[in-house]
Amino acid sequence: MAGEPLLKVQGVETFYGNIRALSGVDVDVNQGEIVSLIGANGAGKSTLMMTICGSPQAKNGQVIFDGEDITKLPTHLIARKRIAQSPEGRRIFPRMTVLENLQMGANLDNLKFFKEDVEKVFAMFPRLKERQSQRGGTLSGGEQQMLSIGRALMARPKLLLLDEPSLGLAPLIVKGIFEAIKKLNKEEGLTVFLVEQNAFAALKLSDRAYVMVNGRVTMSGSGKELLANPEVRAAYLEGGRH
Amino acid sequence: MANVSVNVQEDVMAKAVKEGAIAGIIAFLMFLVFVGIETYQDINNQLVWRTRWGLLAVFVIVAAVGRFITVGFIKPHLDKRKLAKAKTGVLEISEEKSFFHKHFLKIALVFLLCYPFLAMMIFGRQGSLKYVDNFGIQILIYVMLAWGLNIVVGLAGLLDLGYVAFYAVGAYSYALLSSYFGFSFWLLLPMAGILAALWGVILGFPVLRLRGDYLAIVTLAFGEIIRLVLINWTDVTRGTFGVSGIAKASFFGIWSFDVGAANNFNKAWGLPSSSVYYKMFLFYIILALCMLTAYVTIRLRRMPIGRAWEALREDEIACRSLGINTVTTKLTAFATGAMFGGFAGSFFAARQGFVSPESFVFLESAVILAIVVLGGMGSLTGIAIAAVVMVGGTELLREMEFLKHIFGPDFTPELYRMLLFGLAMVIVMLFKPRGFVGTREPTAFLKTRKAVSGSFTKEGHG
Repeated sequence: MAGEPLLKVQGVETFYGNIRALSGVDVDVNQGEIVSLIGANGAGKSTLMMTICGSPQAKNGQVIFDGEDITKLPTHLIARKRIAQSPEGRRIFPRMTVLENLQMGANLDNLKFFKEDVEKVFAMFPRLKERQSQRGGTLSGGEQQMLSIGRALMARPKLLLLDEPSLGLAPLIVKGIFEAIKKLNKEEGLTVFLVEQNAFAALKLSDRAYVMVNGRVTMSGSGKELLANPEVRAAYLEGGRH
Repeated sequence: MANVSVNVQEDVMAKAVKEGAIAGIIAFLMFLVFVGIETYQDINNQLVWRTRWGLLAVFVIVAAVGRFITVGFIKPHLDKRKLAKAKTGVLEISEEKSFFHKHFLKIALVFLLCYPFLAMMIFGRQGSLKYVDNFGIQILIYVMLAWGLNIVVGLAGLLDLGYVAFYAVGAYSYALLSSYFGFSFWLLLPMAGILAALWGVILGFPVLRLRGDYLAIVTLAFGEIIRLVLINWTDVTRGTFGVSGIAKASFFGIWSFDVGAANNFNKAWGLPSSSVYYKMFLFYIILALCMLTAYVTIRLRRMPIGRAWEALREDEIACRSLGINTVTTKLTAFATGAMFGGFAGSFFAARQGFVSPESFVFLESAVILAIVVLGGMGSLTGIAIAAVVMVGGTELLREMEFLKHIFGPDFTPELYRMLLFGLAMVIVMLFKPRGFVGTREPTAFLKTRKAVSGSFTKEGHG
């Protein structure tokens, strides 16, 4: 993992009006890694995710992807650089069928690899295959999350951003989804940047992790290190603040 | 067992009587002032009032009896049917479709192609005028407008209350350019479409950031602005007098439909002189334009831009995160919808031979939108059926002379067309909250197609 990281976030500051949500965040994601970002509610995790996608754009600092400055690009152009996102709240298209949802993800290549990639997604999430002609809005929460990840994968991303994939899901389903992410990373070498409140699961999964408090990264290290770290344990793993 | 069912029967009857009485009382209170009392000016120009107890009684009785029948007979009948269906375990979606149902579109198209000839055969040359023009052309214009608006509202989910503005742009483009420069219909038809599309983009730009209610208000204002410009720019548009003497459409430049012209169509074909042939020609033009609209809509839905429209309706943020440029997507939706409005407008001008701002009031936008909503947003078939029912219904009202025998000689049935609209809206929204055709045909398949019933999904938020 030598050389430049795939995604480099440098001193990024993001504002909502006058309110500073991120104050000088530095995060690196290397090719082939799973990196997670943990922290409490309102720490700015999702804001960082959205800033990488350019909505809102960072006021100061730089976001560099694949050697290219994408800080001031509009969201849809950032997405075309093959940064796929499974946004917070899943945001699938409720009135379109599962297959159509996946099709929307494959638009970047004008459906050239659609059939092939659909089979891959269906192999990973067999539930989606069963429900392929059902509308997105009729799926259960877990299935919607699978669809959201599947849709992001259809774009053949270099970097997959996952915002709270475990939100509101039963532990067993979370486990399944995390296993799928792990498998993607192992078998396809997909780089994943993950925002999670479920710190224990996220740290176990990740190669490296960052801890965020009040718009700043306060700690970083390998997943195992952070799992063992007493401060992290106290704050996020053993009861702590939530 | 029998005893129980008798009891149930009595219960239902008691309930029906009660609800009927309540409906009667409510109707009485509601209509007491509006229907029961009429104001008018007497000979001395004073405003005086008189009572109309008879008419009020009719309203109250209709409401009471209607409610009584609904609760007492229709509802138990429907419940029974539902129960029977549930027992047999047949889901509505898997029901075997009848021949008519399966081939509905083909049958409808064949019927439309034969329609003018059928009308002529049945009602004679002059008698068929009414059916070809008032029913056929009028309905098809609205079908086309509604299909055009469907692209903006039904597919892209952008609520446009000023759609009639594009219709006006199309109509005036043809009216003005043909009377000032003498261009032909076939040149100006595409030009009107392009001009309207241009205005669609002009409207699109400022409203890019708006959604839902805010968008609706701005588009509403846009429609009014266009109308007011047409009224006040008297040098060019002749204001409220309108533009008259607009040239007729020619048969692709080969034959003319002007009576005096040397290459008159009727003379060339040895037909008796009658305007019905021109109307028939117009009927086929608007039919072709409608087919074009439908074809483009169906094709676009399967193309990236059409899929992007539908995705935009569902979730804008998700769209952006998938690399869709929402700005161009919205603008193309506005432009495409507006273009079909422009086509319909220039056709309207050629057909009427006269345009004035009167034809492009907000009510027209509302009617077109109502047709789209009633038909089921996004469904071409549903919208066409809604247009036939709503526009055909209002035309039928004109024919209901016999109602004068019931309500007196002052009764003008066409004044009640909005009542009909309201009634249809309430009924459709009660029984089919997603419109006549609530199903949406999916565009992506791996093996077989399967329509997805609208009733299976929760209400959208688009």
